[in-house]
Amino acid sequence: MQALAELKDQIRKALPELDVVIGWQQGYDALHTRPLFIRSEEDIDKLVVNEFCVVNPSSYLREMRGGKKVGLVLKGCDSRSVIQLIQEELLNKDDLTIFGFGCNGVLNHAKLQARFGDIGYIESAESDGNTVNLVVAGNKETAPFAELCAEKCLTCSYPNTLQCSHFAGEESDKKAEAAQDKALEEFEQLSMEERFAFWQDQMRRCIRCYACRNACPMCVCKDHCLANSRQPKWLSEDVDVQNNFMFQMIHVMHLTGRCVECGECERACPMDIPIMLLRRKMAGIVRDVFAYNAGTNAEDTSPLMRFEVEEPTIEERH
Amino acid sequence: MSGSTGLLTEGQDLRIVGFLCNWCSYGGADTAGVARFEQPTDLRVIRVPCSGRIDPLFIARALLSGADGVLVSGCHPRDCHYAEGNFYARRRLEMLKQFLSVTGIDPERFHYTWVSASEGQRWQDVVTSFTERIRKLGPAPKMSGGTGYDEECLKEIAAAVSLGEQCPCHKEKA
Repeated sequence: MQALAELKDQIRKALPELDVVIGWQQGYDALHTRPLFIRSEEDIDKLVVNEFCVVNPSSYLREMRGGKKVGLVLKGCDSRSVIQLIQEELLNKDDLTIFGFGCNGVLNHAKLQARFGDIGYIESAESDGNTVNLVVAGNKETAPFAELCAEKCLTCSYPNTLQCSHFAGEESDKKAEAAQDKALEEFEQLSMEERFAFWQDQMRRCIRCYACRNACPMCVCKDHCLANSRQPKWLSEDVDVQNNFMFQMIHVMHLTGRCVECGECERACPMDIPIMLLRRKMAGIVRDVFAYNAGTNAEDTSPLMRFEVEEPTIEERH
Repeated sequence: MSGSTGLLTEGQDLRIVGFLCNWCSYGGADTAGVARFEQPTDLRVIRVPCSGRIDPLFIARALLSGADGVLVSGCHPRDCHYAEGNFYARRRLEMLKQFLSVTGIDPERFHYTWVSASEGQRWQDVVTSFTERIRKLGPAPKMSGGTGYDEECLKEIAAAVSLGEQCPCHKEKA
């Protein structure tokens, strides 16, 4: 891949100025990557960029505040979370060096597993953004990208890294497969009672491990999270439907106008609860009402931090 | 399905939580009281300094804890005692209002509006029509609901294990 060689070159040149560069390296098999922290020249060769680079490296930034010079290799969607953090003055733009590239989308392990039985059988998978070529138990298989990709890639309009200092390779011209969120639309066909029942079933499975919160690049409160607060006490230690649901409400409400829909919460969920439905709904409302996409412009102000005296898009409630 | 207890029995009270701002709506409710306007008695009022003080999570918490309805009322836009609290509140409350539908909580159970301290008559109308609306919707569905599909799964697993088979999640997939 040409972009990868260029990326490595750019990182090599920039590394002396930087404390660390965060990217991805090959994981324990062909289908997994894990985060890579480049601190020296030797580490650079471990860098990989492929359709399994699902982790959002900017989630590590909250641990790194305080003047460290950090480089980041970011997909388009990941770069939005960095822009949002800069906008909120939680990061200093001057401390960051962003290495960008054109992304053709990432694949979803749960979908691979559903299709091929067990991802252990899959020896390799490569995607060009339209079709995925796989080797499954020795046999070559192909599948349309849209059937195996992460849900967020279906509606992605930012395949290229935004506001990056270095850009490697060619820009991706990947278009969103659908303007509308099909999964959400389908869900909204259900009646209120069915939706309520659905979430209760899902929330009963939740073990409240807070993986969704910890993976979220926008959850910057760390030890001061409302969910752990004793005074006021928002959540009890009980792991029941009501408390789990309330925790999701807290997460969604705190992400209103901030969520960049990177999908890390849902990916990190060990119970595979489709919590992105809630986030995507909220982000959609913000788009509809305020014509605002979080994390696309560091100079902008989040819609809930400002107001208009006359709100043309909000129906007056009598 | 959702565990709703069905229709209200005659005379049963609803649990409606009202968040009223100190300067306008609480005064408006007081005006209605002083003028002896007849009002439904299902509303429990929580007085807050300003509608801008209301975290949408207050409302979410009330609804998830079994409130049948939540009514929020503040000063009319441009009339906020703190000049701009209700402008921020309007944006937040609108977000919550539109969001609730995806959670399966009927957005009709939540209403926000503006009532000034002199509008005793308007307060009576707001409370009466909101209570009427909630009365039609009936009590909120209980949290113990769901389809119970997970319990079915557990039973299946228990049965499989008791027969000496592996649990379904570890069975070799065909």
